[in-house]
Amino acid sequence: MSETTADAHGAHDHHEGGFWSTYVFSLDHKMIARQFLWLGLIMMVVGGILALIFRWQLAWPETQVWGFEWISDESEGMPEGYVTPNFYNMAVTMHATIMVFLVVMPILVGCFGNFLIPLMIGARDMAFPLLNMLSFWVAVLGAVIMTAGFFVEGGHAASGWTGYAPLSTVPEYTGVFMGQTLWALSLFVLSFSSLMGSINYITTLINMRTEGMTWFRVPLVVWSLFVTAILGLLALPILGSAGAMMIFDRVFETNFFNPAKGGEPLLWQHLFWYFGHPEVYILILPGMGIASELLPVFCRKPIFGYRAMVYAMLAIAFLSWIVWGHHMFQSGMNPALGSAFMMTTLVIAIPSAIKTFNWLGTLWGGSIRFTVPMLHALAFVILFVIGGLSGIFMASNVVDIYIHDTYFIVAHFHYVIFGGSVFALFGGIQYWFPKMFGRAMDEALGKVHFWLTFIFFNMVFFPMHILGVGGHMRRIYNPMQYEFLQGMQPINVMITLSALALGLSQIPFVFNFFATVFRWNAKWFRVLTQAVSALVVGFIGYKSVAVMFEGMMEPEPSTGARIAGTIVAIALAVWIYRYLEKNMAPLGADAPQNPWDANTLEWVAPTPAPHGNFGPTLPVVRRGPYEYSVPGEEADWAPQTETIDPKYAEAGH
Amino acid sequence: MMSWLPENISIEGEEIDFLFYVSYYLTVVVFIGVAVAMAYFIIKYRAKPGVKAKYTHGNNTLEILWTVIPTFILLVFVLMTQTSWAKLKLAIPQNPHVRVEVTGKQFNWIVRYPGDDKKFGTKDDLVLDNQLNVPVNKQVLISLKGADVIHSFFIPQTRMKQDVVPGRTIPLWFTPTKVGKYEIPCAELCGFGHSGMNGEMIVHSEADYAKWRKKAWAEKDK
Ligand code: HEM
Ligand SMILES: [Cu+2]
Ligand SMILES: [Cu+2]
Repeated sequence: MSETTADAHGAHDHHEGGFWSTYVFSLDHKMIARQFLWLGLIMMVVGGILALIFRWQLAWPETQVWGFEWISDESEGMPEGYVTPNFYNMAVTMHATIMVFLVVMPILVGCFGNFLIPLMIGARDMAFPLLNMLSFWVAVLGAVIMTAGFFVEGGHAASGWTGYAPLSTVPEYTGVFMGQTLWALSLFVLSFSSLMGSINYITTLINMRTEGMTWFRVPLVVWSLFVTAILGLLALPILGSAGAMMIFDRVFETNFFNPAKGGEPLLWQHLFWYFGHPEVYILILPGMGIASELLPVFCRKPIFGYRAMVYAMLAIAFLSWIVWGHHMFQSGMNPALGSAFMMTTLVIAIPSAIKTFNWLGTLWGGSIRFTVPMLHALAFVILFVIGGLSGIFMASNVVDIYIHDTYFIVAHFHYVIFGGSVFALFGGIQYWFPKMFGRAMDEALGKVHFWLTFIFFNMVFFPMHILGVGGHMRRIYNPMQYEFLQGMQPINVMITLSALALGLSQIPFVFNFFATVFRWNAKWFRVLTQAVSALVVGFIGYKSVAVMFEGMMEPEPSTGARIAGTIVAIALAVWIYRYLEKNMAPLGADAPQNPWDANTLEWVAPTPAPHGNFGPTLPVVRRGPYEYSVPGEEADWAPQTETIDPKYAEAGH
Repeated sequence: MMSWLPENISIEGEEIDFLFYVSYYLTVVVFIGVAVAMAYFIIKYRAKPGVKAKYTHGNNTLEILWTVIPTFILLVFVLMTQTSWAKLKLAIPQNPHVRVEVTGKQFNWIVRYPGDDKKFGTKDDLVLDNQLNVPVNKQVLISLKGADVIHSFFIPQTRMKQDVVPGRTIPLWFTPTKVGKYEIPCAELCGFGHSGMNGEMIVHSEADYAKWRKKAWAEKDK
């Protein structure tokens, strides 16, 4: 049905129509993908600033946050730049909520799901374009409601991103009124957005694969998005219902979760984590898919164990429904359940292990190209390994008695979500950018961004394992209030300094992104880009030397440290400036149709892909997605539309 | 990493530390293995002119090996853990030496000690804010209660942590082995005063404990 209408569209090269129908209420999956990308990137700035504010408070408790001193002393949240305890709780809550629901999900699922599924399976668009558009605008509505919460009396939600009842459901316990209700309402709305997206992805994938695109010729990133959509379809309604129940408790005085009136607080936790654990796989599966896509391309080699990868993802899809209790080992639920949940949790670690070994197998015997997307994919693998292994500690219900609710947990989920999902996200953006925007982001700037992000990511989050082992609780406002934590304060300072560096490290990415999208390649702009990137690195170098000389707790460096710091800073800045001067390509130049010599169908489509994606006839698939370096073939790649020597057809599915 | 663990001062905590070390060595070995293999592949198989990548789709023997071996290791780990878990969470002591009731209430630990009748809720109870007095080398059984929101009772040096849920009474027990003062932070976000919700556990020698009891009840009756 949609096939015929789509065909009619396919004959035109450009979407005709006005500004509104092209850029705003577009039905085209590629435009909707870009809209999701913008939504996610903008919210990432908000989430990042919140993180820096509460990191500041943790390192230098109850001092004025730099850059916020101008705030009036009548402000409830940050009078004259001092963070109040309630504001701190709000910042932690909203940082996590925004990063999970308005950054990682919109970009990994909304943007990549929309962009890649139709293009990679040879479809002209999603099955339900109107539903697709609705899904985006409902997400925007959710984002607006979420943002509105910052401006209401009493402040935004401050009961953690997990919103444990009854703290979250009885306003008097936090002093937060509208904020928490808007938080729940926004999640309720966002769950509908995800639901619409999921239905669309699943239908498209089942019904609209082009001729020859059998299930086992579907690229792994599409498989991952398919499994993600199934999880989304089943998990998001639970979040939506829990959110609705929270609203009922807060507004209509029902008492689902309020023990003072006969409710059950653990019911919230069960609902939240029954959604929550599938949710963490919603966050990571597309990242795993992206890594599985990039590794073969840049190893010039078929993915190792394609079917094992698919089965592992399907296993995860089933198992993620029976592990939620590992978040509740110490919650007061019947401890006998803890044993069952530990068992299932370790079972779900196995598919993750299988995937890791297959990624290593893909590297083995490859011909590896260290492009920016590949660097991100490699970082993904090793950081995911660290995150998975810290999961083993917590999966042990006994060890979890001690490390539950400490920074060890914070370290764990940042390794999997930032180290995993966000690195994949950056790698994916760089990799598909040419198809998405018709021009390629710069590799030299990308490398500067990658290395800075990789180094400071680890400097921020690795030491959190140590804090956690030392007993440092999560979500505390001032660690100096505890004697047993005071000795570890230098680690907190180091983490915050590194977090500031991590924030600054995103500047080369911002320059790269905007310059490429808007074709800013004037001489002065290039010099500015180089100078700013060099300054960032120089500044970080200066601070690092000062800290090395003086330790973490000394605010004013001595003259000697200053001189040494300045020398290092100048050397680093000159190095980066000259590196970029020499290696930066023209920013925003048109990208070739298939810049990475990749096989999958999105690269068969013209660049930029027109409305309808593929011209008058749809591509026909004749080989698997990862047939690189096939013996007897001249080139080390060929589009999926080429026939393959029957000898290899079976092996390559 | 282990040197960052605060000193353990409870018998029950030893079980937790032991499994912590097991997890630690297990994961460190796996991490080093993976990282070395990865570094080796990255260096050895970087693109070189004239060298083509191997054309292979995988290996079923390897798939089976790297499924079965981790499964086996994790299974052993589960079994090792469960005996400890049962000891720490399921075997509620029938004859503890000391019984105390602790109620989490924004933002204090309210500690109730039974008087000589050994019963809670009678007139001779002693109630103190944020102060838990226990004798050394005696098993303590705490009944945790919540008055408002969820808190989490945490004594890092005993390795003990348990969420406190309003509407339930949850048992927690341990045997402190060293005289001294230890903090009792709240580990679950419970509102704006969560940070700083901090009690004190005083582990007395046996003689001091008797003295403390006498003095505390004498002061109470005044
Ligand atoms: C090897 C696989 C994994 C295992 C064994 C594992 C295990 C666990 C356990 C037991 C907890 C609860 C700890 C506690 O609160 O005391 C936890 C928390 C968490 N995990 Fe994982 N995990 C794994 C993979 C992942 C992945 C892939 C993600 C996400 C992308 C993830 C995200 C999270 C998050 C966000 C939390 C904390 C939620 C919160 O309390 O705020 N985990 N994990
Ligand atoms: Cu989980
Ligand atoms: Cu608390």
